[in-house]
Amino acid sequence: MLSYFIRRLLAAIPVMLVVALSVFLLLRLAPGDPAVIIAGDMASPAQVESIRAALGLDQPIYTQFVIWMGNMLHGDFGTSLISQTSVLSMITQRLAPTISLAVAAIVFTVLISVPLGVIAAWRQGSWIDNLVMSVSVVGFSVPVFVIGYIVIQVFAIQLGWLPVQGYRSLDHGFTEFASRLVLPALTLSSVYIALIARMTRASMLEVLKEDYIRTARAKGLGERLVLFRHALRNAGVPILTVIGTGFALMVSGVVVTESVFNIPGLGRLIIDAVLARDYPVIQAIILLTAGLYVLINLLIDLSYAVTDPRIRY
Amino acid sequence: MNTMLSNRFPKKTLLTALGMASALSFTAQASAETTVSAVMHSALRALDPVSSSATIARNHGYMIYDTLVGLDADLEPQPQMADWEVSDDGLTYTFTLREGLTWHDGSPVTAADCIASLERWGSFDPGGALIFDHLENLTALDDDRFELTLTTELGDVIGLLAKPSAVAAFMMPEAVASIEPGQPLPNQIGSGPFRFVSDAFQPGVKAVYERFDEYVPRDEAPSGTAGSKEVFVDRVEWIHMPDVQTMVNAINSGDIDYIERTPFDLLPLLESNPEITAEVLDPLGMLTLARMNFLHPPFDDERIRRAALLAIGQDDVMAALVGDPRFYETCASVFGCNTPLSSEAGGESLKTGGDPEQARALLEEAGYDDTPIVLLQPSDVATLTPQPVVVAQALRNAGFNVELRQMDWQTLVSQRASRDASSDGGWDMIFTNFGVDSIWSPTINPLLISTGEESSWFGWPTDPEMEQLRDEFALATDEAQRQALAEEVQRRAMEQATFVPLGQFQNVISWRDELSDVVAGPIPVFWGMHKAE
Repeated sequence: MLSYFIRRLLAAIPVMLVVALSVFLLLRLAPGDPAVIIAGDMASPAQVESIRAALGLDQPIYTQFVIWMGNMLHGDFGTSLISQTSVLSMITQRLAPTISLAVAAIVFTVLISVPLGVIAAWRQGSWIDNLVMSVSVVGFSVPVFVIGYIVIQVFAIQLGWLPVQGYRSLDHGFTEFASRLVLPALTLSSVYIALIARMTRASMLEVLKEDYIRTARAKGLGERLVLFRHALRNAGVPILTVIGTGFALMVSGVVVTESVFNIPGLGRLIIDAVLARDYPVIQAIILLTAGLYVLINLLIDLSYAVTDPRIRY
Repeated sequence: MNTMLSNRFPKKTLLTALGMASALSFTAQASAETTVSAVMHSALRALDPVSSSATIARNHGYMIYDTLVGLDADLEPQPQMADWEVSDDGLTYTFTLREGLTWHDGSPVTAADCIASLERWGSFDPGGALIFDHLENLTALDDDRFELTLTTELGDVIGLLAKPSAVAAFMMPEAVASIEPGQPLPNQIGSGPFRFVSDAFQPGVKAVYERFDEYVPRDEAPSGTAGSKEVFVDRVEWIHMPDVQTMVNAINSGDIDYIERTPFDLLPLLESNPEITAEVLDPLGMLTLARMNFLHPPFDDERIRRAALLAIGQDDVMAALVGDPRFYETCASVFGCNTPLSSEAGGESLKTGGDPEQARALLEEAGYDDTPIVLLQPSDVATLTPQPVVVAQALRNAGFNVELRQMDWQTLVSQRASRDASSDGGWDMIFTNFGVDSIWSPTINPLLISTGEESSWFGWPTDPEMEQLRDEFALATDEAQRQALAEEVQRRAMEQATFVPLGQFQNVISWRDELSDVVAGPIPVFWGMHKAE
């Protein structure tokens, strides 16, 4: 397994290089100019030009690429063109809220969706099955920001149980940290709960028809053991794939939830950076996200071996 | 019980203990930190207010830096860091720094710092450049005094030093001021009433300021950017909230104290809350406007530009943009209305729904050949999205062939810089909003610069007559003469359609009742303000 792990990591290097080159070129070819953002709307073209020169944006693209790649190879992600702060520190500041939110949302998702999917499959065609499937259709169909506004209105404004918005780090205490994550995590997980509940149900339905399930029941095993030890483990590979991909998606793109709940995460950072054409920040986040996807996919592949003993690397 | 208590705790001890507890409680109250959480109109990202004309960077500048001259709420310059004397020939200005001014690192503010700051400002700001174009010398007389000598008498040197926009003349330490505009500043040390907390800065999310305890305020009452800048709160946090509904929920629930620009459509939600005050504190507000491209047909013809101006009625634009008539007025002045030089000469039709008949006649006279005119519309800036739609329809009604191109703001500002014809990726008409405090005179209004492609604002008008008038205004020292020249500039701007004023609107600031003494003026300021615990 170790050699497989190393081979996969090495295979990621050309992927990352292609991503780096593509992002760099796409950004330079897209319309937009960070110097305009810095100079502000009232600045004259001459003032914008002087800032562009000061930032080195008047250099040829290949010169800019060589400088950037050189810095990246030395672990230097550069400095934001707009705020002149270190890109690495900007990403570090934003990583904790996003990871916290994604982890909380995944925990909600797994705790709610997997049992719901298993129960729906177990009681296929019953009112529970119909209810779970109906709720999951709602989860798919209603936009995340609408769910966000509804839970804010109910749980924060009407009932006053939880804060309206914002993020507090663990330095402010666990209660303060957790209370501000509940509503955004619940909102963010709504789509994934719907998706994974349906996926779990479908996988379980296939597995429950297998002979070994009939054998397990014939042996006199309890229904809980049959469902969760025999059926769910065998149905787990596609579910794990969706959970893993969902986590990667949450880390890289929870912009709407972050905006509705005013969470200063990576999603907002990349949107801000794109709108301001802050090239070093966009490049660094996309590279980071690409690396994260590679890593998560690798971990998902490795986890198959854990859930399914037939799979060996 | 009382007996037992008196046995165990002698009365004197008990009183002492109570007294200590009371004192401790008082101390705790006195030392409780007051923090104002404010949602500003935009996120702070660029920290150099001299190389950025962005309003949020300017506001940041007023928190941590100070200016030699302030501008009071009546737009009158007042001494701030310095007093001054002008020689009889009007050529020499001697500035004397007031006592006790220090930078945030504790070092004293010196004349050398101010000279370096003025030089930096003059290298970037058109108003500053005007002074430096006529500069004989700028020298320190001693640590507290410096002298600015001009080659020609200028009408409004002090006004230029006091203006808050586009770029205010902020004073910086010499080491900072020697950095070329556009290059990163080594620190955020100023001499203003607040100290920037660099460690807490999250670009695009939060900026934190602490009271600068060594700041020595002036004795006069606060007014605009002049007078006392005494700070009564310990800390101010500027928070950026991208979602306006979240912003309103947050102030209603007490999560935040202050919203700098309240969205007009959500204002009723705040006005119905008795714990929130929503008021206009800057009576001048913003002028929204359209600018045509002077470089290419059809708007290289002044008759066609004038036809476009005549086609537009401001009421329709403002109703779509603001809606609530309490917060806007029609205004045809290129200096904004309610300002000392305001005049609406030549722009009457803008206030009376436009004159499409005359516009059509002018188009016919000019031989307009149905060339499509391209209007750029930003899709992601709420205060700029409605204007192009309304203006496009007005232009169509007058006989123009209009193409509305929608795009995000960044793409728009990039395309705006293109000097090509609209058929080759350029544009014919763009829209923007300028704070009235940044356009209220011919010298500071960047839209009136008519030197062509060299240094005019986008649209690049070339108009020697306008430049002549602006030069005369800059040199005029007699108030009546300046007023007359400003009116001539207004007339000329309307004849040439240098730009088209579309109306003036005010921003509504909202704050919770825990805040009091919020200072009125063209700039949102946090000195003078109190917060109850």
